[in-house]
Amino acid sequence: MIGEPLAWDEAALRALVPRVLAGLVRRGEDFDAAEDALQEALLEALRVWPEHPPRDAHAWLSTVATRRLVDARRSEAARQRREEAVEAEPRVGGAVIAEEGDDTLFLLFCCCHPELPPASQVALTLRAVGGLTTREIADAFYVPEATMAQRISRAKRALAGPPARRLDQPGDLAVVLRVLYLVYTTGHAGRVDLTGEAIRLARQLTLATEEPEARGLLALMLLNHARLPARFDSEGRIVTLDRQDRGLWDTREIAEGVRVLQSALALERPGRYQIEAAIAALHDDAAGAEETDWPQILAFYDDLVALTDDPVRQDPAAVLGRAVAVGHVRGPAAGLLETDRLREVLGDRHRWHAVRGHLYELDGDLPAAATAYVEAARLATNVAERDHLVRQAARMRAAAARRP
Amino acid sequence: MPKYLLLKRYRGGPEPHRPVPPIDQWAPEDVEAHTAFQHHVSELLESNGEYVDAQALSPARTFVRYGGPDAAPVTTDGPHPETSDLIAGWWIIDVDSHERAVELAAYVSSEPGPGGEPLYEWIDVREVMWERPRTTDPA
Repeated sequence: MIGEPLAWDEAALRALVPRVLAGLVRRGEDFDAAEDALQEALLEALRVWPEHPPRDAHAWLSTVATRRLVDARRSEAARQRREEAVEAEPRVGGAVIAEEGDDTLFLLFCCCHPELPPASQVALTLRAVGGLTTREIADAFYVPEATMAQRISRAKRALAGPPARRLDQPGDLAVVLRVLYLVYTTGHAGRVDLTGEAIRLARQLTLATEEPEARGLLALMLLNHARLPARFDSEGRIVTLDRQDRGLWDTREIAEGVRVLQSALALERPGRYQIEAAIAALHDDAAGAEETDWPQILAFYDDLVALTDDPVRQDPAAVLGRAVAVGHVRGPAAGLLETDRLREVLGDRHRWHAVRGHLYELDGDLPAAATAYVEAARLATNVAERDHLVRQAARMRAAAARRP
Repeated sequence: MPKYLLLKRYRGGPEPHRPVPPIDQWAPEDVEAHTAFQHHVSELLESNGEYVDAQALSPARTFVRYGGPDAAPVTTDGPHPETSDLIAGWWIIDVDSHERAVELAAYVSSEPGPGGEPLYEWIDVREVMWERPRTTDPA
C-alpha cells in the first residue's frame, strides 16, 4: 500500500472510501459526480489531516464530498448554497457503517462493469474502491496523470445509470475477480504496491460474499505473494522456483493462504482460482524443489483443464502449466509432446518457448534448451524475464561446451 | 496494460505503398492538412486515455562513439544519409491489447498526403518492455 508511515493513518482513510462513496450513491447521488466529489475530498484530506486530524473521519469525508457535489451543481445564488450545504450535512453519519461489506461489493460491481475495457475497470476500481488518487494510479501504470484522469472519466461516462448489480449474477463476480487478479499481477511500482492493494481488496471481497472463488482468489494471491521475497536476488535477478531459498518464504502468509483455501474447498464448489491456489499451496508445502508433489500438481492441472471444453484455445496457460507437470511426472519427452498441441496458439509467446527450454533442459538436451531459451528471450516483453532467459541460454551453451 | 511505440520514419522500412516526394515539395494546404492530422491523433489518444508520449525528431543527426582512453569522442554523420533508416518521431500509447495498437497504427497511417489522399505510410509497431518483473512464478 503506501510507503512512508505518516503521522495519521493513511490506510485507514483509504479504507473509508468505499463506505463513503456507497453512502452517497445510495442517497441518490449520481455515481460519476459522487466519485469525483469524493476524490476531491480525499485530496483535501491528504492535505489537511496530517496537521488537523478529524474527530470523525467518515463524517468529515462525507461532508466535504457532499459540499463538492453541491458546489458542482450550483449555478444559483450563494445564499441557496449555504442552505443546501447545511441541509446535506446532517444526513451523513453512521447509517451506512453496518453495510460495509455490502458497500464494497456494490462498488466493485459498478467499477467492474463487463462492458468497460479492462484498463478502465482496473483504474476505476483502484480509485473508487481502493481509495488511491489518480496520480498514484497513473504512477503505478507509468502513464501521465492526465491520461489516467481521462481514462477514469471516460469509464464513468460509459456507465449509464446507477448499476444495481448483486451476487445473483455470477458472471459479474467473475469479472470482479479477474480485475482484482489483474491488479495483483501488475505488481509493484513507485509508492503504490498493487500486490498489497489487490490482496486488501480481495480480503474485503471475501468479507462481502460467501462465494468460494473469491476466497480461492485471495488464497492464490497470498500463496504466491508469500514467495515474493525469494523471487529475486540482491541484484534484482529472477530466481526460479526450483532455486529459491525457501527460508525466505513468508510462512505466515502461506498459513493464511492455506486456511482461506481450505474454507473455500469446504464449500465443495470448485473453480479455477481454488484449483490454482491448490497448486500454489503444493509448491509452498515442499521443503525443497525435489520434494514437490508433482503427481498431485498434475492431478490439479487435470481438473483445471477440465473446466473448459477446448482448453488449448480457451485456457492455453493451464495446458502449458500442465505440460510442465507432465514433464516432471512422466518425463520431459511427454511434457514436450503436450506443448506441441499449443504451438499454433502460443508459438509466438515467450512463455511457450521458456517452458520448452525448461523441458529440454530436464531432458539433458542442452543445445535444444539453449535454442528455446534464446527464442523465449527474443519474444519476452519484460526486461527482468528477458535478462533471465538470456542467462539461461548462456548457461545451457556453456554446459554443452564443457561436455566431453 | 501493454505499451506500444508507434514509430514514424523519414526513410527506411518496407517499400512505400504510395511513393510520395518529400513533404517540403507538397502543396501548402496538403502540408497543413498533414500536420493538423498529427495534432488530431495526439488529441484523440489523450481523450481516449491512451496517450503516454509523442515526440518529433529533427532529421539532422550525429553518430557518436567512445574514442578510447583519454581520446575525444569520435563522431560521424553516418552511412550514406540518403539511404539509411531515419526516425522521424513517435507516439507511445498505453492500450488494452496488441490488436488495439495495430488499429491505432493503421489510423496513423491513413494521414493525408499530397492531394489529401491517405499516405499509407508504414508504421513500425513495437511493444515497450516492462521494467517491472511479474509477481507470479512462471509455471
